[in-house]
Amino acid sequence: MSDKKRDELLNDHNHDGIDRRGFLKCMAWAGTGALCVMQGGVLKSYSLSRMPELGPTAAGELSFVQISDSHMGFNKAANPDVVGTLKAAVDKINGLAMPPEFMLHTGDISHLSKPEEFDTVDQILKSASAKDVFFVPGEHDLLNDDGKQYLERYGKGAKGAGWYSFDKKGVHFIGLVNVMNLKAGGLGTLGHEQLEWMEDDVKHLKHSTPIVVFAHIPLWSVYPEWGWGTEDSAQALAYLKKFGSVTVLNGHIHQTMQKVEGNVTFHTAASTAFPQPAPGKADSPGPMKVPAEQLKSVLGITDVNYVQGQHALAVVDSSLA
Amino acid sequence: MRKSVSTAVLLATLGFGIAGLGGGTGTFTARAQQKPETAEVKIDNFSFGPSELMVPVGTTITWTNRDDIPHTVVSTDKLFKSKVLDTDEKFSFTFSKAGSYPYFCSIHPKMTGKVVAQ
Repeated sequence: MSDKKRDELLNDHNHDGIDRRGFLKCMAWAGTGALCVMQGGVLKSYSLSRMPELGPTAAGELSFVQISDSHMGFNKAANPDVVGTLKAAVDKINGLAMPPEFMLHTGDISHLSKPEEFDTVDQILKSASAKDVFFVPGEHDLLNDDGKQYLERYGKGAKGAGWYSFDKKGVHFIGLVNVMNLKAGGLGTLGHEQLEWMEDDVKHLKHSTPIVVFAHIPLWSVYPEWGWGTEDSAQALAYLKKFGSVTVLNGHIHQTMQKVEGNVTFHTAASTAFPQPAPGKADSPGPMKVPAEQLKSVLGITDVNYVQGQHALAVVDSSLA
Repeated sequence: MRKSVSTAVLLATLGFGIAGLGGGTGTFTARAQQKPETAEVKIDNFSFGPSELMVPVGTTITWTNRDDIPHTVVSTDKLFKSKVLDTDEKFSFTFSKAGSYPYFCSIHPKMTGKVVAQ
């Protein structure tokens, strides 16, 4: 970590895990299980084991789950059974104390964009308690046909390459596509057309509307050397400056990580398929092999909970172990 | 480390195949006698190796993906574009004109490379 002083591991469970400048970067590595709640601009962190103490905080108006990076079709040593681990993720979702109303899938549904890979994921997700799934594509979902198949399957009613927005119980959700038309040497990109649409999409909203943005590649600069960032995300975030509560949910990096900057909480979810190394900790961001008995501890789901009037969404990662 | 023998064998077969296809026509025979040049680029750890390659005009380059993750080989100038290459899959392109040909992986655009044909 090049800038350790500004990065804090999210292992402070004393309800005061925030620095004095009101600016906090925290990282919760896969499997640690942490909950962040921001209340009136103050971020509080809890471990999953303290969930029962949270009382009313845990019972919000809206609860949904994020899953990511299922990579259906992947069959290498890092996880020869991605069907099994996706099923385990669904079991985990079905076992949540508070059933989620819907799911977000933040991309890399498939490994090679094969129809049967998408079919398998769709079939497995049907057994989840939450019936609605909102998707955004990962780069693995748009292979060979510039995303035509993805749009036919998941993008009905979406704009452009598959971006869209919707409202649930007063929360405004924006699904963005940052994996199309990637340029040599570059990062994820949203593009002019999508940014214009987004500016227009949020223009009419009240400042008090909680915003959830979800996209595959992180919208913050996690590790540009590995392409873990989005070139024009600053423009997208500029449109969200007026809002009191913005939560950004991403996938792609196959590990949980969190950062809070001003009004925006950034969060990346674990994969349901295989882990990837921490930034710069390996020669490449390829699949990370862990002993078989540890695999489920580095895969997971993310449970998100919105409590009206609290200006915050609580984000809880849990491993599949 | 995997051996590159299979690639070499494949390329040799390919060259032979082309010569065979010519069926004795002057042009093809002449080309076969020039021993078509071949070269290899291996994809390992999210990088092209070698990332820059200088070859004589007419060289056929074969890329082999040796990662556990799929990659593509896409010319920045859209001159060539592979299908997605899963582990151990290959893509070949013949550089029949002199020039500099930058390319990248359209899935992981941080992966870039260049072929110079002269």
